Amino acid sequence: MRLSLSKKIIFYILLTISAVLIFAPAIIAFLMSFMSSQDILTGKIIPTSLTLDNYIQVFDRSPLLHYLINSFIVSFLIMFGQLILASLAAYAFVFLNFKGRDALFFVFIATMMVPFEASIIPNFQTIRDLGWIDSYQGLSIPFFAMAFGTFLLRQNFKQIPKELKEASEIAGIGDLKFYFTVVLPVAKTSLITLGVYGFLSAWNMYLWPLLATTNDEVRTVQIGLRQLQTQEQLNEWGIIMAGAIIVVLPTLVLLFLGQKKLQQGLAEGALK
Amino acid sequence: MSEVSLEQESVTSIDFIRVKKKQRILNFIKGIMFLMPSILLFSVFLFYPMIRTIYLSFFLTDNGGVPTVFVGFDNFSSIFASPIFQKSIVSTFLFVLYTVPGAIIISLFLAVIANEKLKGIGIYRTIFSSTMGISVAAASVFWMFLFHPTMGWLNQLIGTIGLEPIGWLTDPNWALFSVSLSTIWMNIGFTFLILLGGLQSIDSYLYESADIDGAGYFYKLRRITLPMLSPTLFFVITVTFINAFQTFGQVDMLTRGGPQNETNLIVYSIYQEAFMNYQFGTASAQAIILFLIILVLTFIQFKLGERKVHYQ
Repeated sequence: MRLSLSKKIIFYILLTISAVLIFAPAIIAFLMSFMSSQDILTGKIIPTSLTLDNYIQVFDRSPLLHYLINSFIVSFLIMFGQLILASLAAYAFVFLNFKGRDALFFVFIATMMVPFEASIIPNFQTIRDLGWIDSYQGLSIPFFAMAFGTFLLRQNFKQIPKELKEASEIAGIGDLKFYFTVVLPVAKTSLITLGVYGFLSAWNMYLWPLLATTNDEVRTVQIGLRQLQTQEQLNEWGIIMAGAIIVVLPTLVLLFLGQKKLQQGLAEGALK
Repeated sequence: MSEVSLEQESVTSIDFIRVKKKQRILNFIKGIMFLMPSILLFSVFLFYPMIRTIYLSFFLTDNGGVPTVFVGFDNFSSIFASPIFQKSIVSTFLFVLYTVPGAIIISLFLAVIANEKLKGIGIYRTIFSSTMGISVAAASVFWMFLFHPTMGWLNQLIGTIGLEPIGWLTDPNWALFSVSLSTIWMNIGFTFLILLGGLQSIDSYLYESADIDGAGYFYKLRRITLPMLSPTLFFVITVTFINAFQTFGQVDMLTRGGPQNETNLIVYSIYQEAFMNYQFGTASAQAIILFLIILVLTFIQFKLGERKVHYQ
């Protein structure tokens, strides 16, 4: 489609206005995180001076660094757990022929109908009875199995020609070796997409870490932010905003890097 | 001679059947081995909790959640008789009614204008999808400031055009709207990204032939873009619907279910009932209601999704 100049200008105006509106809440927070509390209290929009004070204060007053490390550990655990389990399951659904495979596939579909929020009560009790409250395994293991990821990888594995599998069988290559040396390298892009998605959602998790942690030991950064918000005095918005900016930075960077892949991957997994 | 060969043949065929049977068992074991980790975790953290929730919903429990007295459907009749739960259901449906069309319409508009081939369009796309990378907790902090009664930008903005300040999160008439507004903002990133993907997969040949016929911009939008986008649109609508029913974080951060239970959405209501009031029985009954709502929605998605709502 060629656009005339006037149409182009209209589009740029619409795009720019929308971008400003969408980005405003984040930009305001970003600016505030560098403003002195005096500037914020007097309702200044453009800061009179920029300061890193809020960032120093937020690390000083709360165990934010500790929360960040916890969040990284939990998110990586969930990401790798999901990748391993989903790729193993997808491999079985694509390359292995056995009785009951279709029934099991139906079981995987059925899991998508059970919302995690509706089963938090027994899950909380399970974790408590296992003694997993305030532990990394309690925060991560319940999320390892993932139907969506399995479907996404299954779709991708299907594109690997069946002849390759047959040839490898004749050559005496076992399933595990085939899985490691052929399937995983070929599906690298999908694995990365799924990994980014898994990391993003794990990092941003809220309800489960709220229930499964009772002290600062393994608490994640999202719950740390909640604490910061409830503890801080109302006139210390700069510090709270500095905390919020630090919390969103890793996921935003990841999103900007993987946006294109994520978009294709999610659409594929969703629609096929 | 012929007898011998016959015997040999039957021996090999028995062997063959035996080998085949063995192979089948081996294949089965191998398949299960690959699926075992997922099946195990699904059983422990998904299927068992679901059955357990149904079980708990028929009991009274002690403070630790151990069932004590069987009460049949009493928990269900008591939650439906409770004005707080009734209000929670009404609020949840209102919330869905605000957020789903809100997020879809805005994202669709953004996706359509960001689908043009213009210089620098990548920056706009990144900005529009950015809210997907912002967590509920951080987004709630951002909005909490915007909603602030005196310093907040929203009240400053309406102050400059001479309107009275609004108690966005404290006024019962506004709180649910405010939470919905911030939720729409949080959802835009994801819905935009999926819709843009849908738009980009539409064959450009369709537009070219429409151009030859001299079709206008809005004609093409109505006759090509929207019908071709319908499967994606349908998917996004169901996902947003389901997400809306599962909303928790922003309620917990912004209003704690208040004022006057106006924003006490169903998941927050379950959380409060179970983990603050220790009423695990009635909380489980509420969870069952949530489960049924989601079940119906997913079922609709599967049924209609099969038909692929293409063309009209």
